[in-house]
Amino acid sequence: MLSRVADSLYWMSRYLERAENTVRQLDVTMNLMLDTGGSSADTRWQQLVAALGNPEGLEWNGKLEEMAGRLVFEPIGHASITYCVNAARENARQVREEISTEQWQRLNRLYHQMHSAQVQSQFRSSINDALSAVLDGIHLFKGVTDTTMIHGQGWQFIRLGRYLERAYAIATLLEVYQAELFNPHEREHTGYQYLEQVGLLRCCTAFEAYCQVYTADLTADRILEFLLLNRDFPHAIRYCVDGVRQAVDAIQRTGGRRPPDELSAGIGRLHAMLSYTTIGEILAGDAAAFLHSIREQCLRIHELMYRYYIHYSIQSALSI
Amino acid sequence: MSAGHPAELETLFGDYPLDRAFDEMREPNGDVRPHYHALAETLARLPQDDLERRKQSAELSFLTQGITFTVYGREEGTERIFPYDLLPRIVTAQEWDRIERGLTQRITALNHFLRDVYFDAKILNDRVVPSELVYSCKHYRRQMRGLQVPRNVYIAVVGSDLLRLNTGEFVVLEDNLRVPSGVSYMLTNRRVMKRTFPQLFHSYGVRPIEHYPQLLLSTLRSLAPEGRPEPNIVLLTPGVFNSAYFEHTYLARQMGIDLVEGRDLVTHDNIVYMRTTDGLKRVDVIYRRVDDDFSDPLIFRSDSALGCTGLFNAYRAGNVTVTNAFGTGLADDKALYAYVPDIIHYYLNEDPILPNVKTYILTEEKQRKHVLANLDKLVVKAVGESGGYGMLIGPQSSAQQREEFARQIEANPRNYIAQPTLDFSRAPCLIGNHLEPRHVDLRPYILFGDKVNIVPGGLTRVALEKGSLVVNSSQGGGSKDTWVLE
Repeated sequence: MLSRVADSLYWMSRYLERAENTVRQLDVTMNLMLDTGGSSADTRWQQLVAALGNPEGLEWNGKLEEMAGRLVFEPIGHASITYCVNAARENARQVREEISTEQWQRLNRLYHQMHSAQVQSQFRSSINDALSAVLDGIHLFKGVTDTTMIHGQGWQFIRLGRYLERAYAIATLLEVYQAELFNPHEREHTGYQYLEQVGLLRCCTAFEAYCQVYTADLTADRILEFLLLNRDFPHAIRYCVDGVRQAVDAIQRTGGRRPPDELSAGIGRLHAMLSYTTIGEILAGDAAAFLHSIREQCLRIHELMYRYYIHYSIQSALSI
Repeated sequence: MSAGHPAELETLFGDYPLDRAFDEMREPNGDVRPHYHALAETLARLPQDDLERRKQSAELSFLTQGITFTVYGREEGTERIFPYDLLPRIVTAQEWDRIERGLTQRITALNHFLRDVYFDAKILNDRVVPSELVYSCKHYRRQMRGLQVPRNVYIAVVGSDLLRLNTGEFVVLEDNLRVPSGVSYMLTNRRVMKRTFPQLFHSYGVRPIEHYPQLLLSTLRSLAPEGRPEPNIVLLTPGVFNSAYFEHTYLARQMGIDLVEGRDLVTHDNIVYMRTTDGLKRVDVIYRRVDDDFSDPLIFRSDSALGCTGLFNAYRAGNVTVTNAFGTGLADDKALYAYVPDIIHYYLNEDPILPNVKTYILTEEKQRKHVLANLDKLVVKAVGESGGYGMLIGPQSSAQQREEFARQIEANPRNYIAQPTLDFSRAPCLIGNHLEPRHVDLRPYILFGDKVNIVPGGLTRVALEKGSLVVNSSQGGGSKDTWVLE
């Protein structure tokens, strides 16, 4: 497969995953702001922006709807929903012959939806409805991707992008919120703390799944354990890293190069770190450092993958 | 049909005008030509809204398939579907035979000409073609001097534009020897047509064209460098912003080859590679849809990033075939066009089977004077332009436009040619719910590898605006399916 094509598919997938993450986090944050207790709007917004990786142009100005509108519609910052959808479509357009017609039409529809007057007026009347319409569009795209595209190398690059982006986003989210999770503000009512915890889980669509595993008894260490170490839940970091590993293996099997030892080792190390550590050990050590290290390792995997499959030097390719 | 027209046909034709121009469907007295009888009967039998419905379903089919082209110089709505007319243009076996022989002869001669000009220049020394015309052509590439191309084939993929005059005779208006486009429309038109009029199509006995991509692939394969039995063939596109990008993706998919951009290619030791996820993979044949100027910044325009640095040297070393060859635009220069009949005679010792359109060379003083005095009757074209740009259609021009062109001709006579305004043929098109004649041309696609191959058909382009003589897609043209009968 041409490196450029793999690159476009990878980024198409990453950008859509990012859009989805922004939609969910924005939705949860706006919901939490409805309740008057807990952090101030200012702090909440700053946390949201930090959890999205600090995109530019989103300094709090006191007007929530205006800020939310900016994060949804303005093609600024690498996490804005419109920016991500535009970028995903642009990537798809350049490899139109590699993806199925259904995929293209879905993505195109989502793109036109983001730019339609209808969604903007819907946004003014009900932000929730508008956000869930966007989410639907993204889910539909993922559905047709899995059911209409050949599960060859291109699809594996899509998977790789999806899981790497997701693992990175969850690690960022947890890094921002973990301090508060373990040291909640002094509050009059424990109800607020519950809302915060549910909010964090909902950012990863994990509330119901958590309840199935641990019942609705929410505790900080279990939440962290679930989002970090669960092997069966698609929005747990461990699950995502498994996905990354499988995708890289499959890329080789479908005609890509054998991954270099460096890359295999990098993925293997992260995988082992998440498979053979208990939450007790993580909490006994420095949890923030642990989360930060996950992000660093995700970045490193991306760089190695890039250097090896996409932007390799001619010399390195000729010497093999 | 000739004895009295059925009432339905009268309604269909309405006040269909017939005048001096040749009508593809009707004789001057209004009778339907024999090979259009079955079509006319079918149309007359169809309920009116049925035609409309078929037209809509055909258009929808183009839209959902994303068969669009890009119009330059407009901010919005740059992606448009190429308007499609439902009614086929029908060419008889006898007419086609002449076209096929004529084009084969012409392309063979033009290929000889390119070979000669870039090697011994005999034709120039014999003063059959003026050498200053060749060396002043902006598509002449001195880098091609003495460069051996595989099988001596310079022009592997050609699309020539034909017109039919009021005598009924086909003439060649121009040859496209650089990167002719439109073949994907020929193929998709046929697919839509088969769905729209299945029975009619079947009853006519139309010769197939669907194997064009396969022929193109085997043409490209036949030009691979020696010693590369399983050549890696790619299609080089300028990228997603090119007006013919849809065609590039379509052809690549139909041939099962990779669609590459310049940035996918690298050269090392005069070998061209493409970057894949499995490392560098050697490229043997490049079907190039990028103009000469943009192909290699080392040799041609240095400010272009569309091509591949070092490509030309790899080509010169014989390690990669690039087709069409560089410098072929020389032979479709609109001024050299006037000499094509002489070129055919010189190399093949034959008379041209398909005649040229009378062309005035404006560097010749006598001809220039005549042209300047008759600008209102002639068509003036810039020699290096295509797509209907840089053109003056005398009878439809304003005095101001004519003055402007006169000034430009005086300033740079080599840059222009003039031709009589042609009253070329018209074919019926479905406008609203009745038929109206519109001017059409015909662009057959010629492949030249082991031998010359022409799929029976081509792209019939239509000037959809009433009275318009310009068929280019960028200027409001549309297209029709073209049926060549058994």
